[in-house]
Amino acid sequence: MSRNIGKSVARVDAFDKVTGRAKYTDDRCDRGALVARVVRSTIAHGYVKSVDVSQAEKIPGVVKIVTCFDVPDIKFPTAGHPWSVEEAHQDVADRRLLNRHVRYWGDDVAAVVAEDEVAAAQAARAIKVEYETLPFVLDPIEAMQPGAPVLHKEYPDNVLKHTSSRSGDYAAAIQEPGLICVDKWYEVPTVQHCHIENHICFAYGENGRIVVVTSTQIPHIVRRTVGQALGIPWGNVQIIKPYIGGGFGNKQDTLYEPLCAWLSLQVGGRTVKLDIPREDTFVSNRVRHAQKIHIISWVRPDGTYAARKLELYSNQGAYASHGHSIAAKGMGAFPQMYPCPNVECDSYTVYTNRSTAGAMRGYGIPQVMFAFESHTEDVCRRLGMDSLAFRRKNLMPVGYVDSFSKNENYFDTFNQCFDKAIAYMDYERKHREYENQTGPVRKGIGIAPFWYNTAVWPISLEHSSCRMVLNQDGSIQLQVGETEIGQGADTAYAQMAADVIGLKDYTDVHVQSCQDTDVTPFGLGAYASRQTYTAGFSIRQTGLILKDKILEYANEMTRVAKYDLDIVDSQIVRVTDGRVLMPLSQLATEAFYSLTHSVHITAESTYQIKNNAYSFGCCCAEVEVDIPLCKVKVTKIINVHDCGRLINPALAAAQVHGGMSMGIGYALSEQLLFDPKTGRPLNNNLLDYKLSTVMDHPHLEAQFVENYEPTSAFGTKALGEPPACPVAPAIRNAILNATGVEVDQAPMTPHVLYRRFCEEGLIHDSWREEEQ
Amino acid sequence: MYDIKALYEADSVQDAVRLRLEHPEAQIIAGGSDVLVQMREGKRAGKELISIYMIDALRGVTIDGEENIRIGSLTSFSHITKDPIIRKYINVLGEAVDMVGGPQIRNIGTIGGNTCNGVTSADSASTLHAWEAIVELTGQSGTRRVPIKDFYLSAGKVDIRPDEIQTAILIPKESYENTYGYYFKYAMRNAMDIATTGCSVNCRLSPDKGTFERVRIAYGVAGPVPMRAPRAETAATGQPVSRATVERFALTVLEDIHPRDSWRASKALRQHIAVELADRCLTEAVKRCGGEIDG
Repeated sequence: MSRNIGKSVARVDAFDKVTGRAKYTDDRCDRGALVARVVRSTIAHGYVKSVDVSQAEKIPGVVKIVTCFDVPDIKFPTAGHPWSVEEAHQDVADRRLLNRHVRYWGDDVAAVVAEDEVAAAQAARAIKVEYETLPFVLDPIEAMQPGAPVLHKEYPDNVLKHTSSRSGDYAAAIQEPGLICVDKWYEVPTVQHCHIENHICFAYGENGRIVVVTSTQIPHIVRRTVGQALGIPWGNVQIIKPYIGGGFGNKQDTLYEPLCAWLSLQVGGRTVKLDIPREDTFVSNRVRHAQKIHIISWVRPDGTYAARKLELYSNQGAYASHGHSIAAKGMGAFPQMYPCPNVECDSYTVYTNRSTAGAMRGYGIPQVMFAFESHTEDVCRRLGMDSLAFRRKNLMPVGYVDSFSKNENYFDTFNQCFDKAIAYMDYERKHREYENQTGPVRKGIGIAPFWYNTAVWPISLEHSSCRMVLNQDGSIQLQVGETEIGQGADTAYAQMAADVIGLKDYTDVHVQSCQDTDVTPFGLGAYASRQTYTAGFSIRQTGLILKDKILEYANEMTRVAKYDLDIVDSQIVRVTDGRVLMPLSQLATEAFYSLTHSVHITAESTYQIKNNAYSFGCCCAEVEVDIPLCKVKVTKIINVHDCGRLINPALAAAQVHGGMSMGIGYALSEQLLFDPKTGRPLNNNLLDYKLSTVMDHPHLEAQFVENYEPTSAFGTKALGEPPACPVAPAIRNAILNATGVEVDQAPMTPHVLYRRFCEEGLIHDSWREEEQ
Repeated sequence: MYDIKALYEADSVQDAVRLRLEHPEAQIIAGGSDVLVQMREGKRAGKELISIYMIDALRGVTIDGEENIRIGSLTSFSHITKDPIIRKYINVLGEAVDMVGGPQIRNIGTIGGNTCNGVTSADSASTLHAWEAIVELTGQSGTRRVPIKDFYLSAGKVDIRPDEIQTAILIPKESYENTYGYYFKYAMRNAMDIATTGCSVNCRLSPDKGTFERVRIAYGVAGPVPMRAPRAETAATGQPVSRATVERFALTVLEDIHPRDSWRASKALRQHIAVELADRCLTEAVKRCGGEIDG
């Protein structure tokens, strides 16, 4: 059954997207809609004492101004997690629609609704807010100290959550004679998703309900959170998700949908559009958690670990959002990746007065991979051991089973991926040659594997629902709750459905891309690199139900037993002799219009998933370091992934390219900065925030190892997020190979490299010492 | 949707001068790649605009009667880069403006706008300073010419009088004859960026290529406006073409420039890069003159 699967067919939405015909949120908005704008706090921490709207109200075109004193007294959660029926596992509800206690520079204080953007912007500027200013804290470790400013009174030490894991006896194990101790800190920055389409939504009242059209990854979850935030029945909310211009996890969160819905209700249900400017998207949506990561390894001279310890401090920012889930996922990878009998792990997610951190491509794994794989390299340098040999020796072995998730490492994926990367890059020869270079410009090569797992079971609910409807011409409509967010999911679904049912071509499957919570079967949306894996189960199950119904009807028409019938290339075939009995289209038309037995053939089912799958791979990068200029150029790079069987190789490669690009930015240039004196964001625009460009990339090589995932409906597993995970440490290790300098913080900008090269004596500015 | 109070469209230089006098509060807009961004940010929101963009007479590169290279103020960056006169006599200017933003910006952005904006980081500015460009301004009583170093008054402020628009930028023959230069834009990424430091160096060598007859260097982002480094120029002019001269020249720039600490870059990094760029730019400029540097 692989007429469609495994082929690089064109995306189902390609034509509409490249011709500009595909409709995104703004394209669907009534041109006469009112326009809203949020007024944001200009302090990092404090209370709003008063809001003076008198000047703003006089501006022509202003329809309504609301402030933090007007909103319902309801706190709501925003994380794009499935709801939990167990109260202890429900997401933290710690924000209101607008906040009197402002906790970061950019917090939501008031909102203007006006007839156009200009009036809204003028009014927003004319609103005067008076604050009672409080001390603020930007660093998670400082925020944990006694006497630090408290953001939420329910968390007096600012620790949103602390979790630990222990195995063996660390304290006893480190007593072993002859151990080498490597004790280091690593630091990764706050970055933002920078999807092309900013978050945008519009809302209107209809038949006593509220409709929100929004650029989201998670329409069914947003339906629930809008209901919670407004205190209205969830069924009174309808969420519509058109095409979206990228999400990368930022839109796996409830952003401004509740506020927009509430603003519409304040103006009698008129359509209100809230289009968040780029500057605000950086600051007042979600960011990736900045982390400080402390690793202590006790290693024997033969290159085996005796004991290891991890301390991870995750900067949550002002509100809980996805909270500790990110740090917990990162911590969970530590004992699994390099199994060791004696391990202590602690992770802390800490509130600070910075932009709220949430989900972002990799969900905590890019952060810890930078630390883990930098550390692996540093351990090997201390040992004088080849780091690749060390990894081959110590990485998770085949047959490893994680006791919590029951995930099993079925294949020798790490070594298979290494082998491909090494062959492409000529890694081993170059790695030797590049050691001990002299001169101002030096080359280096580095490698880093990564750990990842598909989906979220057993931590959260996993299920998928699918509906298939047969048309008169033998084509079908397909609906699932796992959303297309640009990654190509709809195309993969069409390919899978076509093969399950026996359709000739994936274009005979019409995937309903624009999701509507009134119509689309319940599903949790796009996150955790789970769409193809998760939806695969319900697509296969539902496809088989539909096929069975079709064959039952074929039996009525042909008198051939169902078990002797099949659908091949959209034709009803008698399998005993391969005779084509009729085209599927003929059967479908008959079923619709038969005067004796007319039936609309449809199928719908839910599959609850209680599996999870590892998804591993590696990155290998070659760089050229211009030491006097403190600049790194990536000259050659490859990612190799084992994501199981490829449904669409071209789309899979595209996913990898995007993740590699994100990884290069994470390694070398991207960082959202906050002024230490005021807490104000400094570079929340696309000029000053250095997202890497195509001019900063070499050719991005994507290769795959296709080990058929045994737990999966179609042999697939995660690929959306993994490509972003190993790139930064591979580049870091290449810089180390080139220069002999360990750089322990990302991004490795000229600012950081200048400091490190001076410290290590590679740069010697004699005039600087004279000055001092 | 932009917050623009009114837009007045000029169809000739005289028309622009008239509109300037009629609407003294109005802001001149050419390509708009800076003005519209500022309006969106609220800095110039609600202002009147005088557009000079339709005045085709202000476009193009020519050699005038005095053998100056004359660049019409509305000439776009992409046209400057591809212009045969620029390529022949002052190729470095074409290279410098080819590093502005991305292709779309280089198609809409003009050299007049780049200089009238008065910012130190403009990619054209350091090269125009290093080549001692002359700015031509036209007002009700005719034209006047201002050396570019005097045109820049302070950060964001240039010498345009209330009745004037900038009409051309001139490079005198004495400046471009037998002279070759190199521009290095040091930025945090390779496109869509503003210089952390920009350095433009040009030189003229003796006929035997053994002596620096003239060396000129200018920086962007080493101070509030683009600036020359006169002590460094003196340290190299008349000296033998050698590694030692280049190194002395590069180190001497520290006596001329005074970068400051900011979140964008530390003073120490800026100084380090300024020295490194001076060295690399002069070395490249010598090569373009047909000279060689030992070592």
